[in-house]
Amino acid sequence: MTTATDLTVDGVSVELAGARLVHDVGLRAAAGQVVGLVGPNGSGKSTLLRCVYRVLRPAAGAVRLDGDDLHALTAREAARRVAALPQEHSAEFDFTVAEVVAMGRLPHRRPLAGPSGADHERCAAALRRVGAGHLAERGFLSLSGGEKQRVLIARALVQEPRLLVLDEPTNHLDIAHQLEVLALVREAGPTVLTALHDLNLAAGHCDLLYVLRAGRIVASGPPAEVLEPGLLAEVFGVRATPVRHPVTGALQLLFDRLP
Amino acid sequence: MSTRETSPSGPPAARRIPALPLAAGLAAVLLVSLLCGVSLGASGIGFPHALRLVAAGLTGGRLDADEASAYAIVWQIRLPRTVLAAVVGAGLAATGVAVQALVRNALADPFVLGISSGAAVGANAVLLLGAFASLGVWAISASAFGSALAAMVLVYLAARTAAGLTPLRLVLTGTALSYGFSAVTSLMVFASARGEAARDAMMWLLGSLGGATWGSVPIAAATVLAGLAYLACAAGRLDALAMGDETSASLGVDPDRLRRELFTVTAAVTGTVVAVSGAIGFVGLLMPHLARMLVGAGHRRVLLVAPLAGAVLLVWVDIASRTLLAPAELPVGIFTAVLGVPAFLLLMRRRGYTFGGR
Repeated sequence: MTTATDLTVDGVSVELAGARLVHDVGLRAAAGQVVGLVGPNGSGKSTLLRCVYRVLRPAAGAVRLDGDDLHALTAREAARRVAALPQEHSAEFDFTVAEVVAMGRLPHRRPLAGPSGADHERCAAALRRVGAGHLAERGFLSLSGGEKQRVLIARALVQEPRLLVLDEPTNHLDIAHQLEVLALVREAGPTVLTALHDLNLAAGHCDLLYVLRAGRIVASGPPAEVLEPGLLAEVFGVRATPVRHPVTGALQLLFDRLP
Repeated sequence: MSTRETSPSGPPAARRIPALPLAAGLAAVLLVSLLCGVSLGASGIGFPHALRLVAAGLTGGRLDADEASAYAIVWQIRLPRTVLAAVVGAGLAATGVAVQALVRNALADPFVLGISSGAAVGANAVLLLGAFASLGVWAISASAFGSALAAMVLVYLAARTAAGLTPLRLVLTGTALSYGFSAVTSLMVFASARGEAARDAMMWLLGSLGGATWGSVPIAAATVLAGLAYLACAAGRLDALAMGDETSASLGVDPDRLRRELFTVTAAVTGTVVAVSGAIGFVGLLMPHLARMLVGAGHRRVLLVAPLAGAVLLVWVDIASRTLLAPAELPVGIFTAVLGVPAFLLLMRRRGYTFGGR
């Protein structure tokens, strides 16, 4: 469907208002992989992601896509390769859902041109894929949190990115949509870098996990290796008990407070 | 995920009018309005006659000697004034759209950045203190434009931080400096020896197109058209900016750069408009909302409709201001408020329009 890209985060440090929030982070996602970023609140997940979708510039290091320095590209060229689902979105004006999704085509359009017929078809198809086809003519501001989230995922998909950066994509979603959204972005084809709070979702849907604590990577690897009780106690301060899902056999973690 | 549609069908978005036919209709209304503008006045000149006089002015055709005074009224006085009204209305409506996107606030108008109170300082320096007398008839316009730009530079420098121009800082800085500029104007009014000083200052602030000549139209028209052309090209980026800085950046639109561009365009267009017509209120606030109510929030359509609607409104407001109490003239700002406030309240009650935010 879409071509995926190799993502390399190479010794990236990020500073905000003089404070260093991310320290010398290295991370790799091979083309088509779904890579998860987990860590407690304030560990720097969003800050690192914001650097990958170009809201922030790294103070040191580089973000590379197939070897190209992302921050050396023009904003438009970068947006054709990388789409994002940010956590913060404000809408001051009441765009329709169809208009919000069509914004994803902006980096592909000439300045004066409106959305083409092909763009409209793409947008309608993306909305159907996230189960929001019936919302097209609704006002974006009138949607529930979960509906908004799905519409914004549709917008990211019509951007036809080679890398999709998701910051807590399952926020506000009911359980069925949580599972479906994660399956959907994998199916869609691009490389995915996603921050996730729910460690069971991370275990079930990611090829690789990176664990952040206080702005540094403290562990990385396949979920089953990374999410072991010792590390979870140290990083998250919880006692984790790994079990096998009785039906699927997948790794599940049960949590309670450390004794 | 295509099979499950869990959401109960909520309220549909407000009914919308297709933008292109609406714009074509408004353009036709504008042409008729311009004709009314040259035809109506203290001495009525019939439509066909007015049309023939305008045609004569455009093509340099021959006229009878007894038509000379009618020709002078139509060609020298009413036409430039009516065209300027349309240009000013379009400019204020367009910069209203730009500023609302710039500061991401639906309550903003072109004057929220301190430009009208800044321009008033310059205009009143001429009106009340007789400054720049060497510039002759251009003194007020030149001084108002100069002080408007100076005010904008001040606001820009005061609002700017290492993180760029943030919407909230822009609004707060513009509002705070406006009070400062108003204080300077008040001081000049009090310091002025002339008894009519306060009235003159107020008349200028409420706006008038009475000073229009063929000398002032081309500069104003060129600036407004250039501003409109820029905004038309930026329409897609304005949509992205309205969704927040993060979204904007992820769509390939550098929010800080776009805000700098919008600030510059707004300063140039509003500064020019204020210099030729004073600070005409309400058009820049009302027209963007009117356009959004009619065609939705997408900036491509809003920028097609709002300037045309603003042009039509101001042509008619100008006609009213010079005919209702003829030969006396009322300030244009009174009419924009008298017409605008009820129209606004009425439209606001339409179901489905949220004014941005909820």
